[in-house]
Amino acid sequence: MAEFILEMKKITKEFPGVKALDNVNLQVRPGEIHALVGENGAGKSTLMNVLSGTYPYGTYSGDIVYNGEECQFKTLHDSEEKGIVIIHQELALIPELSIGENMFLGNERKGRFGIDWDRTYHEAGEHMRQVGLKEEATTLIKDIGTGKQQLVEIAKALSKNVKLLILDEPTSSLNEEDSKMLLDLLLGFKKEGMTSIIISHKLNEISYVADKITVLRDGSTIETIDNADHNIDEARIIRGMVGRELSDRYPSREHNVSDKVGLEVSGWTVHHPIYTEKKVVDNVSFNVRRGEIVGFSGLQGAGRTELAMSIFGRSYGTGVSGKLKIDGKETELKSVRSAIEAGLAYVTEDRKGNGLILSESIAKNTTMSRLEKVCSKGIINFDKENAVANDYKEKLKTKTPSVQQAVGNLSGGNQQKVLLAKWMFADPEVLILDEPTRGIDVGAKYEIYCIMNDLVAQGKSVVMISSEMPELLGMCDRIYVMNEGKMVAEMPASEATQEKIMSAILQSDKK
Amino acid sequence: MNVKTFIKKYTMVIALVVVFIFFAIWTDQKLLLAQNLSNLLIQNSYVLVLACGMLMCILTGGNIDLSVGSTVCLIGAVAAQMLTKHNMNPIAVICLCLLFSVLIGMWQGFWIGYIHIPPFICTLAGMFLFRGFGRAILESKTIAITQSEGSVGKKFLDIFASYIDVPGLDHSWTIKAEDRTVEVKLSAFILGIVIAVALIAITILNRAKKAKKGYKQEPAISQFGKILVIDALVLAYTWKLALYKGIPVMAIWVLAVVCIYAFITSKTAFGRYFYAVGGNEKATKLSGINTNKVYFMAYTSMSLLAGLSGLLVAARVGSVNGDTGNSFEMDAIGSCFIGGASAYGGSGTVGGVMVGAILLGVINQGMSIKGLDNNWQYVVKGGVLLIAVIFDVVSNKKTGKAG
Repeated sequence: MAEFILEMKKITKEFPGVKALDNVNLQVRPGEIHALVGENGAGKSTLMNVLSGTYPYGTYSGDIVYNGEECQFKTLHDSEEKGIVIIHQELALIPELSIGENMFLGNERKGRFGIDWDRTYHEAGEHMRQVGLKEEATTLIKDIGTGKQQLVEIAKALSKNVKLLILDEPTSSLNEEDSKMLLDLLLGFKKEGMTSIIISHKLNEISYVADKITVLRDGSTIETIDNADHNIDEARIIRGMVGRELSDRYPSREHNVSDKVGLEVSGWTVHHPIYTEKKVVDNVSFNVRRGEIVGFSGLQGAGRTELAMSIFGRSYGTGVSGKLKIDGKETELKSVRSAIEAGLAYVTEDRKGNGLILSESIAKNTTMSRLEKVCSKGIINFDKENAVANDYKEKLKTKTPSVQQAVGNLSGGNQQKVLLAKWMFADPEVLILDEPTRGIDVGAKYEIYCIMNDLVAQGKSVVMISSEMPELLGMCDRIYVMNEGKMVAEMPASEATQEKIMSAILQSDKK
Repeated sequence: MNVKTFIKKYTMVIALVVVFIFFAIWTDQKLLLAQNLSNLLIQNSYVLVLACGMLMCILTGGNIDLSVGSTVCLIGAVAAQMLTKHNMNPIAVICLCLLFSVLIGMWQGFWIGYIHIPPFICTLAGMFLFRGFGRAILESKTIAITQSEGSVGKKFLDIFASYIDVPGLDHSWTIKAEDRTVEVKLSAFILGIVIAVALIAITILNRAKKAKKGYKQEPAISQFGKILVIDALVLAYTWKLALYKGIPVMAIWVLAVVCIYAFITSKTAFGRYFYAVGGNEKATKLSGINTNKVYFMAYTSMSLLAGLSGLLVAARVGSVNGDTGNSFEMDAIGSCFIGGASAYGGSGTVGGVMVGAILLGVINQGMSIKGLDNNWQYVVKGGVLLIAVIFDVVSNKKTGKAG
């Protein structure tokens, strides 16, 4: 057997105006877990798309040698035939079809007349057992959580006889528990001799599973680090990614919390929009003072997003009850518009789905929530709009040639900045940031933290919902912990630790 | 701007020019006769008006309104009956008809916007409903609008289908043109000159304002070049109008609608919301914009324009029957997509849609002059629509964003 199962040599791929990959080399040994890291836009996904044939042979230059033979994949199908399967960040499952149907989509188990359903569900069940998924193969995808959907994707890959599994940000939408399970599954496959390539921003996970780490920066390979002992220093990886030492991952700030309460919520209860008897948020009370960053920790599905959205003009749920005070004044916010006018802003966790209009320009996105500020008598003043957008572009250091650029062309971190700009332009007193750093690189994270610090320095209140505990510990003044719709703990950040937060969640589970 | 981006930006304009030249040659320049050019506008007035409203619906996410042809019939029928049976004042008829069409639009807009009935189904139902009501009102007959001098019918026709005539100005000059002696309707050409000068003046003022504030400007050559081309077309066209009866009143109605919708879509916050809903409805909702109202307004405005179209068509044809307005919705939808509106919503301009509508109009007119029957016009229309959309999709894919 060859020394390497996969060798990508001098891969260069250009898009109109951009060199996405420049002489990239990647060598993967059989049976190892190889991590690919780099900032957003470094070229990780592009490289994997070249490998899988999404960008067909001929649109790039360089060689791919797989199992000792040179490959010229023209379609995804070609690479899958050789056992290379890629699982994308956005899951490619069809919600209205069952697990079994999804697993063999495009690869149906045929009998003499059409599809052999017995065989389909039998084989689906076997692959599900391999990944430890305890569901019926006939269950619809929409009825299982994201974590399980990710497992279905992996089972689907297994059904294709996968030899080299590529995972693009597999854990970005999973909570810690599900992530751990997924990573352990990968380690299990490794023992059976499967090779995997994993793209991730979560350095702790990489350190945990990867044997080798290849760092990409600006479309070039920087280095391949050995991680045989699984104890690599995260700072070591970061240094490669950003090309400099990030001595402090969280910017320091003066903690100037005022006595005035910016937002106070008490006895807040929200019911599920469809299963109306189910309480998604159950009698929750909390407050944020001016100049304070308050963190919300909890597992996926703890009800944090639902809490935030229901406060923000009842954009989630039914049967919302409870008291809401802004700056000490009791208010009722029945629509998003009234929430914005009352000085509230909710920066969504799903920037592509709920936050931005990807096909529109940065300028148009920036002014969307308060378009009237650049209008007179309903007529838009384009010069003013562009000036505003440029202003935020400078302030937030958004990397773009022009504010007329469509947001969809920006990297994740820069999109997040546009989303922040949009809500800063609405000039709120209380900002609720839902997973503000999800899926963005270390450098951009730091800049977003700085923006948060600026906001509280101006006397605004910030609520930060995050699934990354180190980030909450690093940034917040106080941390609330939620679990299954209930508030289970509140602690000053200075006393909080990851263990304390986790035990608060676990103890509440036992009750 | 290099040649490639120029072609990409003005594909449909170039296509229009090519098609126009083709038909001009193929019809031995009959297409260029003053009468034909004047009729080109009048005959397609209903498409131009409907396409503006259809664009608003399509912007919200590729949603279309199938009921407009039937609404044209219904409103035309109501107007014809009011005029012939009840001898009502034409101004009152117009006001009532437009009010009635707004009510129709509110009816559809309510179901689509607030109850979330899929637009395709809701307007399909409307298509049957309004066609049925229209035929019932007509009692399955063809109602002709009386044209005798002094009747309300004549007054009604004058409001939509006459030509502007300025006494003393329009009868003083005759020349020989197009192998005959014609009275030159100077008012038409004077209007052309006024528009041409106004366009230049607005451009200069705008540039001065931008320069004063130090904003970035388009290069002077390309901007003035564009304006000069447009001016030349305006002057040429109004000269042709001057040679044939002058300015049709219908053109003024169409021009007003087009200008209003162009203004709304490009310059107002209200118009911006239509693009936002089509671009990402959830994000728009979470930005505090009432998306239900956007749908409601789209369908209300669509029916208002369908009503206006009904009046225009009734006045132009002079009668209304059960088949009036048949498949008008398809012409309007076709114009939008040929004119570059996205089938998924969120993009498209009034200017583009006008080019699409005129392109279809030129093809129709050219083929009619050549005496080809209707069947072939359908074939060609279908072909053009398909090619336009294929071109749009393919060219967008090639320059799509880097993955």
